[in-house]
Amino acid sequence: MLEVINLECTRGDRALVSGMSFSLAEGELLHVIGSNGSGKTTLLRTLCGLSRPSAGEIRWGGRDIRVLGDEYRSCLSYVGHNDGIQGELTPAENLQAAARLGTDTDAAVIAHALEQVGLTRFAHLPTKVLSQGQKRRLALARLLVLTKALWILDEPVSGLDARSIEVIERLLAEHLARGGLLVVTSHQGLAWRAKTVHRIGLDS
Amino acid sequence: MSAPSLFAAARGVFMRDVTVALRRSTDILTPLVFFTIVVTLFPLGVGPGPNLLRTMAPGVIWVAALLATMLSLGRLFSNDYADGTLEQLALAPHPLSILVLSKILAHWVLTGLPLVIISPLLALQLNFEDQHMWILVMSLLLGTPVLSLVGSIGAALTLGLRGGGVLVSLLVLPLYTPALIFGAGAVSARDLTEVHLSLLAAVLVLATIFAPWAAAAGLRISLD
Repeated sequence: MLEVINLECTRGDRALVSGMSFSLAEGELLHVIGSNGSGKTTLLRTLCGLSRPSAGEIRWGGRDIRVLGDEYRSCLSYVGHNDGIQGELTPAENLQAAARLGTDTDAAVIAHALEQVGLTRFAHLPTKVLSQGQKRRLALARLLVLTKALWILDEPVSGLDARSIEVIERLLAEHLARGGLLVVTSHQGLAWRAKTVHRIGLDS
Repeated sequence: MSAPSLFAAARGVFMRDVTVALRRSTDILTPLVFFTIVVTLFPLGVGPGPNLLRTMAPGVIWVAALLATMLSLGRLFSNDYADGTLEQLALAPHPLSILVLSKILAHWVLTGLPLVIISPLLALQLNFEDQHMWILVMSLLLGTPVLSLVGSIGAALTLGLRGGGVLVSLLVLPLYTPALIFGAGAVSARDLTEVHLSLLAAVLVLATIFAPWAAAAGLRISLD
């Protein structure tokens, strides 16, 4: 499904990734490993189409993502360093706002997503009063509301407690079992319950 | 599972921006209070002669509206940029320029429209005759959306820069001149009012077509 051919990413005038090729099929996971500043975030943002690669090609279903455009973005969910959450809105309103951009959804789906990440109790508070870890869980709840095929996650469990990490591990495993694709960076040792785990190291 | 229409997405962005701004009401009040104070300062500076003030009223109100709009441009994209919402907008399966257009529309409803509503009151304060009040209101109604639209380009290009606020004014103020000339001109040039208003409307149409597209391109560069 996702194919990367001879990809090169630069930040400023420094080449962070060069000559990278891999392919990822349904139900497979790609774990990007690297030290701080090795280009993990740049690689993930390039895979999303937020940053332009300086060379190489990214293909989704055999076609270049630049050609696919909105068609590719309708299959993609990204959770980056920033949670993409507005402090003035409640968790439910945040998910509703995200859902309006992606797939059609109703209140029951949102309530279920909040329950999964354990935020039901806080559903009617403005998000700015939540803790860092709770906001992170809300950002991950967006994945459950949008139900896209490809999840690209940048440090999804940073700041989460042990129990939340277990919940996220389970949700990621369920996504893979449904035939979803997952690209993830993480410094925490997550237990990947996936059939196929690809690993890419960015440290030379 | 069906993908929502572009219209639903655009409406969603608009509603979210309005809800957020209403819960952070200082954002709405700041430009409005600034507008009022700037207009109020003029009689103190140039003296309270009624004829002088009447002649100056359209120009003063227009320049004050222009500065008040520029003051509020910072929050058009910067909050969304800081919390990552802008990334999510850029990754939505819809044309970014349309989503940007609904953000601009929300910005106008929250900034430009209150200025239009309060302007007759401030015009009275400057001894402006009431039989021509509708021309002033009409010119602002056509002109303030242009200020939001054109300003969005500057806001998008300076996103994430340190000292972006000053740079925005340098970029945007020269581009505001057509709106200012036709807007203030419509009120002072009595026999050419309709010509000025038509030209202002033409500027609005042009800005509606090109500004969201340019701002979306600017945002993609800022996000890269």
